[in-house]
Amino acid sequence: MRRRRGLMWIAQHALAIALALMFLGPVVFVALTALMTDEQALTSRLWPERWNWTNFGDVFARSELLTWTVNTFVYASLATLFMLVSSIPAAYALARFRFRGRKVAFLVVISAMMLPPQVVAVPIYLVWARLDLTDSLWPLILPMLFGDAFSIFLLRQFLITIPRDYTDAARVDGCSDVRILFTVILPMARPAIAAVALFSFFYCWNDYYGPLLYAGVDQEGWTLSLGLATFKAFHSVQWNLTMAATLLVTAPVIIVFLFAQRVFIEGVTLTGVKG
Amino acid sequence: MMVSTRVAPPPHRWRGEGPRALLWLSPWIAGVAVLFVYPLVSTVYFSFHRYDLFTLEFIGLDNYRYAFSDARVLQSALNTLWLVVFMVPAQVLFALGVAQLLTKLKSGGGLLRTIFYLPSLVPMVAGTVAFVYLLNPATGPVDQLLAWLGITGPDWFGSAAWAKPSLTLLALWGAGNTIMIFLAALLDVPRHLYEAAAIDGAGAWRQFRSVTLPVISPVLMFSAVTGVIYAVQYFTQAMIASRVASGATDSAGTTFTPGYPDGSLLTLPQHLFHTGFRDWSMGLACVHALLLFVVAMLFTLVLLRQFSRAEAAT
Repeated sequence: MRRRRGLMWIAQHALAIALALMFLGPVVFVALTALMTDEQALTSRLWPERWNWTNFGDVFARSELLTWTVNTFVYASLATLFMLVSSIPAAYALARFRFRGRKVAFLVVISAMMLPPQVVAVPIYLVWARLDLTDSLWPLILPMLFGDAFSIFLLRQFLITIPRDYTDAARVDGCSDVRILFTVILPMARPAIAAVALFSFFYCWNDYYGPLLYAGVDQEGWTLSLGLATFKAFHSVQWNLTMAATLLVTAPVIIVFLFAQRVFIEGVTLTGVKG
Repeated sequence: MMVSTRVAPPPHRWRGEGPRALLWLSPWIAGVAVLFVYPLVSTVYFSFHRYDLFTLEFIGLDNYRYAFSDARVLQSALNTLWLVVFMVPAQVLFALGVAQLLTKLKSGGGLLRTIFYLPSLVPMVAGTVAFVYLLNPATGPVDQLLAWLGITGPDWFGSAAWAKPSLTLLALWGAGNTIMIFLAALLDVPRHLYEAAAIDGAGAWRQFRSVTLPVISPVLMFSAVTGVIYAVQYFTQAMIASRVASGATDSAGTTFTPGYPDGSLLTLPQHLFHTGFRDWSMGLACVHALLLFVVAMLFTLVLLRQFSRAEAAT
């Protein structure tokens, strides 16, 4: 019995390590290629003969990467800020107030969350065109003032777990709704709010469809995802610089994750376990 | 799920919460009207018209007739069906397997969890560009590793037969989100159920089937349904893979038609995008949009039923 358990232990760990190597493999090969010289990138040798660290600088020099980073950062920050301002009150209302249509409202949130963005793209595009805001990122930022379905859903799922006694006690003490939100709900919901903010920021950082539709043809107005999508065609024949650019676009996301790992894992869990 | 121990609170406390709720929800209600209801109605209206941003002309059902006889619509529907039948189950089963393995490990679990989760954070464009490189037949490391083993690797993103399987590999690599959700669900299964099953002589497989599966089935169901809905709107990975593998550049001369190679990566959202925003046939694009809406809504209804039931239980 003990021997069998020992064998199981070895088998499970071997499998886990093999899987981990397969997950890490792509990153390792991308990094190795990002450090190759132009000549070597043409060959099929996998290990860099000379570590060409200047590739990263070349990416900045040859493309608008810096401008794209600034654009992406502005888009992601403003969108996230607007999302928080509008989504927290909506989630609070859905989680705390009892009213007719509360269930329907929640189901509408889920439907909106699941609606493919392309379904309503044509009429919404026409509205932005009439407002003369196409060829900018505003059509992606401003709608966040109306609340984002996914964030409302996630916040609401968290807020319903806060025991009602807390808010009832505050109410008995004569607190207004606004005061309850700020002094009772927000401090307790901090992990959920952090998770939603990070998800929103990352969503914008990674968004390709939105900028493709609205950012226009001028590279000055592009985001990182647009720039990276055409990087190989415009800026380098070989893969080495494209892989360096890929790493540069990915790095900020990974760094933020390593600092805020707990927030993420809790947030992800929140999306799936309920329901 | 939080279960309130109290029965209904005295009614006077929440009388009048309706108007207050309405006030708090008003920005979002306005949003639903402007970003959801109006565009949907408008999409139906445009679908009966020819519209290219300048002239609007009523043409009855012509757009519908054209769309339903369009070979590219059929092709994208079949591609999406492939994703639903192969990619989504592959991702769900793979994530379940990895999560199950993680629960068994006594050591190194934390590090492995991070390793499995990280790729799902990699921006979709970056991940796809990386995979097109990794799987390219000329200098890509994967085909070289296969060559060392004496296997001639396929042309991956360059061949119509292998393009979708290549994207499936990418989907498995990025399954970290689903893995974490399943892991949390598996750890939530009460231990005493396993102990009881073991006393009754249930083996590992029997325990999984009779204890684990029933408990985690709502989570599995949720993942499968959202997976299908995301497959229906599959856009970025397919678009980038086609674009990078074909070497196309949109704004510098060559016009890029999505779906390379041979339309094998064409999905309805891409076809819609190209029809509406590159060819500017916006009426026709609205027909595609409505098709997309109907399919997505069918699966959303499954989700809504599940949520309604969960709500009734609280």
